[in-house]
Amino acid sequence: MRKTLFDKVWDAHVVDTIENGPQILYIDQHLIHEVTSPQAFNELEKRTIPIARPDKIVATADHNTPTVNQHLPIKDELSRKQLEQLSENCKKNNIPLYDLGHKNNGIVHVIAPELGITQPGMTMVCGDSHTSTHGAFGTIAFGIGTSQVAQVFASQCLLLQKPKSLRVSVNGKLKKGVLPKDVILYIIAKLGTNSGTGYFCEYAGNVFEEMSMEGRMTVCNMSIEMGARGGMIAPDQTTFEYVKGKEFAPKGSEFDKKVAYWKTLPSDNDAVFDKEYSLDADDIEPMITYGTNPGMGIKITENIPSFNDNSFEKSLEYMNFKKGESLIDKKINYVFIGSCTNSRIEDFRVAAAFVKGKQKAANVNAWLVPGSQRVAKQIEEEGLQTIFEKAGFSLRQPGCSACLAMNDDKIPEGEYCVSTSNRNFEGRQGQGARTILASPLVAAATAIEGKIIDITKHLN
Amino acid sequence: MEKFTKLTSRAIPLATENIDTDQIIPARFLKAIDKLGFGDNVFRDWRFQKDGSINEDFPLNNSIYSGSILVAGNNFGCGSSREHAAWALVGYGFNVIVSSFFADIFKGNALNNGLLPVQVSEDFLKKLITHLQENPTSKVTVNLEKQVLESAIGNASFEIDTYKKTCMINGYDDIDYLISKKEKIIAFEAQNEW
Repeated sequence: MRKTLFDKVWDAHVVDTIENGPQILYIDQHLIHEVTSPQAFNELEKRTIPIARPDKIVATADHNTPTVNQHLPIKDELSRKQLEQLSENCKKNNIPLYDLGHKNNGIVHVIAPELGITQPGMTMVCGDSHTSTHGAFGTIAFGIGTSQVAQVFASQCLLLQKPKSLRVSVNGKLKKGVLPKDVILYIIAKLGTNSGTGYFCEYAGNVFEEMSMEGRMTVCNMSIEMGARGGMIAPDQTTFEYVKGKEFAPKGSEFDKKVAYWKTLPSDNDAVFDKEYSLDADDIEPMITYGTNPGMGIKITENIPSFNDNSFEKSLEYMNFKKGESLIDKKINYVFIGSCTNSRIEDFRVAAAFVKGKQKAANVNAWLVPGSQRVAKQIEEEGLQTIFEKAGFSLRQPGCSACLAMNDDKIPEGEYCVSTSNRNFEGRQGQGARTILASPLVAAATAIEGKIIDITKHLN
Repeated sequence: MEKFTKLTSRAIPLATENIDTDQIIPARFLKAIDKLGFGDNVFRDWRFQKDGSINEDFPLNNSIYSGSILVAGNNFGCGSSREHAAWALVGYGFNVIVSSFFADIFKGNALNNGLLPVQVSEDFLKKLITHLQENPTSKVTVNLEKQVLESAIGNASFEIDTYKKTCMINGYDDIDYLISKKEKIIAFEAQNEW
């Protein structure tokens, strides 16, 4: 039978199959962070089970870390304890940890690719739903709960039912100002937030083939927002070139051997998917969300739709928006450029190109949070920092920050925030905060204008 | 893990759709390093008003409702992978969640904590929610062995993986099973050093 990319990677990792039950899937790489790992370490300790393969685990501190004064002790006692617990657990179990201030520190889904830890054909997990990001490399990567973190600690395996396969193809030419973020927001708005539940999604078509690795990561990152456990893009020359030379990437002849294997991974021409969607790139425009789930997205020039549905109305009430209204000219006081979706160097380049020579609107608090120490360094080296500072933006230190507002980076109650993150759920960016998801370009333009503008009119 | 075979209880209807794990347990409560106390903060920002007072209208606070079965709108548990959501629901006292659709990661987390996700048709769910709103003392029985939910508006069968069903009935978890397969896993590693 002809196989999909997903089948090939999955089948190569099946250790055993339980009759009428799940399969035992071997995990190549396990990423951990401070929030979803402590209870898993406790569980193993309680049952006196050793960690099977500490050499296949990498830890970072990202979710609950401050983005200013990282060199000082953390003020919040609970946060400090959680980070101390991670250090202690990693030390005790011989797990490499990129703690605050380390040159490799940053958001887990930003650092693993930039360090070459993420490679095609792997299985990767992390106690974080946006682990789907790594699928950009043709990797089976998905988020897991803490009980599963403990299972991987104990056995380097998981018990799973093989998900069904879904392919979303986007072909055609993207318009100017349409970024990978717009592509994925468009897909989710078209297909709905639970269209991918039970499926693993492959993104195909010339739009993804022509995308950079960072763009592919943005797309795969938000697969979970349509319910899919993960998203994948076939590895190609763009992938191999990105991985080559990275710190943990295979070197020399070992690399060539891997590339030869990686080239066998793309879906066979006549592979059959359980579900397929085909979308037209020409129809995509810069996107924006108006509601409280990522599927509630519209083209920036469109009006909010009108549905007579309680959940829809509850959502608009929370956002303080009306059915049928346009978001253009809405005053915005907060802008956040960051998160595992959009905190890589290309995102800051796009923002800086728009911001250059302009001034941030007086009413706007604009937070720029790089995804990692390396991205922060690049921002400085490429002179982007100067551009942002001159424009009045606040460049902070790496971390998840206002994407989930576990630290002090919270949007005040009732305020709108145009955010490059991935979730616009109620209270996601702080109690009562109202999140509007958008690309780094739309976010940067909002910061300059102090309101949402029709970005399509501002592009040369 | 607690064993689960059969439960008869009153049920609390929560009609909202797409309830994400940020609503079940907001991120600011994820700073703990153990599994305790999350029940106190389940649906925190829906249960309490902004000034900290109780939101009397929210079904969990409404004294006409009680029980250890939550009947919730379509696509329950979407969003973040935080298992804290399952700990919070169990901590509050729920043993069963009924919905017409569950997000994948939440479903797995629930099963790993002895919290049974019961998936019924959208039509049945709507009727059950309306029935419970009109008859809050009506009881619902969830029989895992027979894989059936029994209620005054009729019965609905539900699917569960045979392996997971055995785990729930016996209180086993996946770690025990995986450890028992250690030899196979080591042999697999030896064959596939990539």
